[in-house]
Amino acid sequence: MSSGSAGDRLARLLNLVPYLLARPGIEIGEAAADLAVSEKQLREDLELLWVCGLPGYGPGDLIDMSFDGDRVTVTYDAGIGRPLRLTPDEATALVVALRMLMETPGVSDRDAIDRALTKIEKAAVLEQAPPVAVRMPGDNDRVQTLTGMLERGNALQISYYSAARDVTSDRVIDPMRLLAVSGRSYLEAWCRSAQGVRMFRVDRIDALVELDEKARPPAGVVGADLSDGVFQPDPSATLMTLRVSRGSRWITEYYPCESVVEVPGDEWLVSMRVNDLDWARRLVLGLGPKVSVVSPEHLADAVRASAIAALNNYS
Amino acid sequence: MALVSRSRTERLVNLVICLLSTRRYLTAAQIAATVPGYEHDPEDAKEHDAFQRKFERDKSELRALGVPLETGTASAFDSEPGYRIAHRDYALPPIPLAPDEAAAVGVAARLWRHAGMAAAASSGLAKLRAGGVEVDPHATLGVEPVIAVDASFEPLTAAARARRQVTFEYRVPEDDAPKTRHLQPWGVVCWRGRWYVVGFDIDRDAPRCFRLSRIVGQVLGYGPVGAFAPPADVDLIGYVAHWSGPVERTQTARVLVRHGRAAGVRRWATEVASTVDGDVLEMRYADADGFAAWLVGYGADVTVLEPDDVRKSIIARLEDIAEVAEAKV
Repeated sequence: MSSGSAGDRLARLLNLVPYLLARPGIEIGEAAADLAVSEKQLREDLELLWVCGLPGYGPGDLIDMSFDGDRVTVTYDAGIGRPLRLTPDEATALVVALRMLMETPGVSDRDAIDRALTKIEKAAVLEQAPPVAVRMPGDNDRVQTLTGMLERGNALQISYYSAARDVTSDRVIDPMRLLAVSGRSYLEAWCRSAQGVRMFRVDRIDALVELDEKARPPAGVVGADLSDGVFQPDPSATLMTLRVSRGSRWITEYYPCESVVEVPGDEWLVSMRVNDLDWARRLVLGLGPKVSVVSPEHLADAVRASAIAALNNYS
Repeated sequence: MALVSRSRTERLVNLVICLLSTRRYLTAAQIAATVPGYEHDPEDAKEHDAFQRKFERDKSELRALGVPLETGTASAFDSEPGYRIAHRDYALPPIPLAPDEAAAVGVAARLWRHAGMAAAASSGLAKLRAGGVEVDPHATLGVEPVIAVDASFEPLTAAARARRQVTFEYRVPEDDAPKTRHLQPWGVVCWRGRWYVVGFDIDRDAPRCFRLSRIVGQVLGYGPVGAFAPPADVDLIGYVAHWSGPVERTQTARVLVRHGRAAGVRRWATEVASTVDGDVLEMRYADADGFAAWLVGYGADVTVLEPDDVRKSIIARLEDIAEVAEAKV
C-alpha cells in the first residue's frame, strides 16, 4: 500500500501548514504529540514543505517558516493556508456521530452538540444533509440522574434485576462510566459483591441510593472492550442446541448464536452458549412449542417438567 | 523507497500549490514544464508515456483525497483540456466552534473507534484542528454512545447521497433463501440501536424499509447518479418507528406469583397483595398471546387468575410444550 501511505502523507502535509499557521510559535514536541506523529517525522515533514512552493520556486515563492529554538512559525503559506474541505464521508462520519450523541439518553450539553452540528453541516457545504437519521428512545431523566451521580463520584447502592438469575438483589457498586450500546443504556461499575467489573442495564436498576462515600474501583481496573458488543459469550459455558421452527427463527437475530444449521424442512438447529440453565429453561418455555431443546438433555427434561408442573396450577 | 515516496509527496504538494495559484487552466504540458518532478522530453514517446501515466496517477491521488480538480480549456481556441483548483472549492471555510462545541465534535469523532467510519471521522477531525479548532481529547459528555454499524452502512449512505439505485440480496429469517431487491435509497436510519435503510422499493413499487443486518453480501450501485429524488421533507424515522414502534398496555390481568419467585414478573406489577398462596399482582399488558408467552417462561411460579383469554392461551401453550417434549422422548 505505498500509494495509500503517500496519500496519507500528502493529507498530513496539507493539514500541517494551516495547523501551524493557526498556532504561531508552537513547540515542535507539542505539535508532534498533538498530531500523533513522532518528532522526527514532524521535522521531516517540515523539511519537505520547506522546498515546496509557488512556480518559480525562488526564495519568495517557497513555503517559509522561522524557528526559535524548538518553536516554529509559518511565515509564508504559498496558498495552502487553509485545510481542505471535508469530504462527504468525513462530513457524514462527524454529522452522524453528533446526531448519535444528541440522541443518546442522558448526554449532557445537548445545546452545544446542536450548535456544533449546525456549524459542521454548514461548513461541509454538502448538497444535502447526510441522509442518516437517528432516534434512540430511552429514559433520559434516569440516565441524567446517573450522569450527575457519576460526576459527583460517589458509590451507589442499587437494587438490580438480574435476568440471568431472575432475582432482584441489593449491591454496592463503584460507578466507572455510562454507555449507550445498541439502543440501551448501561452503567459500567465495579461490583463489590461480585468483586468484578459488571455492566448494569440502566432499565434494570429498580432502585438506587447515592452513598456518602467516594467510589473507589480497585486500581488498574479497566472497562470492557466493547468492540465485539456488550455480550461476549463465554466459550466454556454450556452449549445449548435448539430446534427452531420457521416462525421462531427471529431468535437468531436477538441472541448471539454460535451456529445456525439449516436442516431440510422448516427447522433450524440453533446453538448458543448459556451460563445459566435456569435462564435457558425460562427462555425456551417462553419461546413456546415451536422451539424445542435438542441438547443438553437435562434441559429438555427441565422444560417438560416445568410445563407439566405449571399445567397443574390450572387443573 | 523513502526517497521515492518523498519526491512523490513533494511533487504532489507542488502540484496542489501550482493549480491553486493559477486562474487559467493549465494543460498537462504546461504543468510538466512548471512543477518539479515532471521533467521529461515530450518528443521522446517513451518518456512522454511515462509522464502521462505519472500525471494520471497523481490526479487520481488528489481526487481520492477530495482535492477539487477542475478541468476546462483556457480559451475557445484551445482544444487540449487544462486543470486548476478553485480556492473557494478547496478551502475549508472558517468554523468558529466555541470550546463546548469543539468538545462535542471531539467526543463525536471518537465514537466511531469501534466501527465503520473511524478513518473518515479522524481525518475530518484533523482538518478541523488544522483549521484552528482546539479539541480537548479528554472531554466527555457524561454518556458514551458506542456506534456499531453493519458493513452495508457505508455503501448505502453513499448511494443515498448520490441518489443512485442499489441492489442487494436480502434475507428475512422466515424465508429459506435471500431475495434480490432493488431500491432507491432515501436514507439510513438508526432506530433503537438497529440500522435500517428506507427508500422506494422498485420491485414492490412502494416505500419500504430494510434491516441492514439482513443484507447478505455486497450492496451494488447501478445506473446513473441523481437518478431519483426522495420525497420532499421525507420523515425517515417515521417509516421505521411506525413499523416497530412501542405498544400501549391497555389490558389488566391478575397474576398469582409464588413467594420470593419470578422477580422478572414482579418488577412490572402495578399493585401487589400478599396472600397465603403467594402474591397477587395486578399487571398491564398489550396483547393476550404475547403476554401469555412471556409468563409461560416462568413456569409453575406464575399462575394467571384472570382474564380468561390469557389463561386459555397459557394452558394451550403449556400443553403443546409438554406434548412436544413428550414426543421427543
